[in-house]
Amino acid sequence: MYSARRLVLAHFWAAFIVFFVAIVFGEWQMFVRSPWHAWIDIPEHYYRSVTGHGTALAYVFPTLIAMGFGYSISETSLKRPLLGLKWAWIAFWLLMIGAAMAVGAVATGSASVLYTFYPPLIASPFYYLGVVLVVVGSWIWVALMALNLHAWRKEHPGHAVPLAMYANVAGAFLWAWTAVGAALEILVQILPVALGLRHTIDAGLARVLFSWTLHAIVYFWLMPAYIAFYTIVPRAIGGRLYSDTMARLSFALFLVFAMPIGIHHLFADPQVGSGFKFIHTVFTGMVAVPTLLTVFTICASVEIAARLRGGRGLVGWLKALPWENPAMLAPALSFVMLGLGGAGGLINMSYQLDSTIHNTQWITGHFHLIFAGAIVIMYFVIAYDLWPHLTGRALISHGAMRLQLWLWFIGMIIMTLPWHLAGLIGMPRRMAYFDYSNAAIAPEAWTVMAGVVGGALVVLSGALFLLILLRGQRAPVGSLPEYRYSVALHPDAPVPKILNTFAVWVALMIALTVVNYGMPIGELLTLKTAVPAISVAR
Amino acid sequence: MTDQVTSVPDDAAARAEKRWAIVASACIAFILAVVGYTGVHWATMPPSGIEPVDPTRLHVAGEFIESNLGTQMEPDGTLVVRLIAQQYSFVPQCIVVPESTPVTFRGTSADVVHGFLITGTNSNAMLVPGYITTFKTQFSTIGDHLMPCHEFCGNGHAAMWARVSVVSKEEFLRRLRAKGGPGCV
Repeated sequence: MYSARRLVLAHFWAAFIVFFVAIVFGEWQMFVRSPWHAWIDIPEHYYRSVTGHGTALAYVFPTLIAMGFGYSISETSLKRPLLGLKWAWIAFWLLMIGAAMAVGAVATGSASVLYTFYPPLIASPFYYLGVVLVVVGSWIWVALMALNLHAWRKEHPGHAVPLAMYANVAGAFLWAWTAVGAALEILVQILPVALGLRHTIDAGLARVLFSWTLHAIVYFWLMPAYIAFYTIVPRAIGGRLYSDTMARLSFALFLVFAMPIGIHHLFADPQVGSGFKFIHTVFTGMVAVPTLLTVFTICASVEIAARLRGGRGLVGWLKALPWENPAMLAPALSFVMLGLGGAGGLINMSYQLDSTIHNTQWITGHFHLIFAGAIVIMYFVIAYDLWPHLTGRALISHGAMRLQLWLWFIGMIIMTLPWHLAGLIGMPRRMAYFDYSNAAIAPEAWTVMAGVVGGALVVLSGALFLLILLRGQRAPVGSLPEYRYSVALHPDAPVPKILNTFAVWVALMIALTVVNYGMPIGELLTLKTAVPAISVAR
Repeated sequence: MTDQVTSVPDDAAARAEKRWAIVASACIAFILAVVGYTGVHWATMPPSGIEPVDPTRLHVAGEFIESNLGTQMEPDGTLVVRLIAQQYSFVPQCIVVPESTPVTFRGTSADVVHGFLITGTNSNAMLVPGYITTFKTQFSTIGDHLMPCHEFCGNGHAAMWARVSVVSKEEFLRRLRAKGGPGCV
């Protein structure tokens, strides 16, 4: 590293500033709908905030992290300067302008439609154009990642692509294809209406197209965290990656199975038949497999570290782990949240069980536990691990880092577990206020208060995180060893050709999406079900 | 350092890995088998059907005209609950159903996307304008349930709560014969 040092730093700072502002809004949302606050005077303010929170944290923040981390992986794993640095900056500024446009439209109250759009509600066109710019910027990143890999391959014919880069490019391809669903929805359906060229829109078709993006986007968020599990954690704690092949297989499987499963978000919808709902259930089950493989491989890699440090016994080795190291603590906490969230996910995808919790507070709890919990805690570790290499200055405050990670974990648990319970007793999502004087709603009140308390810890943790990074930026300049990734247990084991290339996996990804979405989309195209649009723009 | 680690024999590592992959896949396959079996055997399917409807003409003609909303006994004796969701209420706001009797829900939206759940049950459905949502259910105990809208439908979303009142079969028949069909209270 690094010709891309400043580029990566810019992405991370922008990402974490957006992140912090958005979680403060999230906490405000929890507070105003809790029994500690009177009913909000203007519910639109609540939905404005929810739209901003979702847009910032679902689109802008993880995209910036994936891009920044991707550039850094490209340079450090391929050991060559990034090709297309100028284009990378153009992509960054496109993203910034897009984010400003979208958030600006939200701030003026012209786009309170939530980040999932919900046509026939139609917001200001600036909101959608902003989101489009964010996606266009990220597609430039996809092209740059492919280009850099291609250039490296030409210089190293027959060599195995470093695991980090293989996974990074898998994530990029996944995102390129994931975004197509929502892009079609915005460009073909929503924007013409928002610009006043058409006045009707097919709400059912829009939901199907969005579902294509809505689930796979979670795997795009997940990719940096999984890359950190495989390529950073074992190295940082002095272990070995248990299996390089299994790691590649997991990333390849994500590529194939992340897309053709989104209709599990539409189990309760009238515009998709039972057959395809069941098929998507089956594929959703399959996407759990790469995660289960990851859990095994990472635990085994961690055990190797413990045994190298003199750990003994069936479970006694756990004591020998370097728990004082944030790169050990974070994945452990992440796995707890991933386990709880994953078990919830298996319930959500189960067709019949889903009807008990669909669109309840359970779902909000589920994705906060997975994304804000298991995934974002690994974003922190990525930042902690990369920061010295980006700034040339050491990050020394390990105590503060551990406190920050614990606060995040405890906050998330206090916040999300009660939400699951609230969902089970029938608390709907997306309410700006609740009538707690209603005897049937009163038992849910404490779960909202738990959300405020947990949220406060989360905000505190977020602030501490920014402080640690700032302190790192001001530490004295030091000299650093070269940035390294985990070494596999058998570093010279041959990589099967199929796990060194993407052709088969990308072909499967596209083919399965076409099979699993072609019929449902085609069927709706033949129905005349466009309905009048309803504008919320001012 | 590498030599210390290779004290784990290669094939033992590969075997453990393979065993885990098999166990994990078997767990998922079992869950899917349960989902498939209950779906077919008990006919527990999510609401589906793909029936289009014109939301701008609901009040003019067809099964969703105002006099037809609420719980109705069809000529063949089956019970059908018809409802409409609109910004920001359900029509009707209170639905009366008899206990332990199969009822069919048919609903749609007059404007944007809505949805509803009936608390304490697994009745849960989306109402998308342009489509009719249908599902069958029954309520095993007498009592009241809340029926909130659970999909963001605009700034008044949080005010959109209806009620389902489950009454005894006799009480239901008495109200059914009353003028204007079965209503709450």
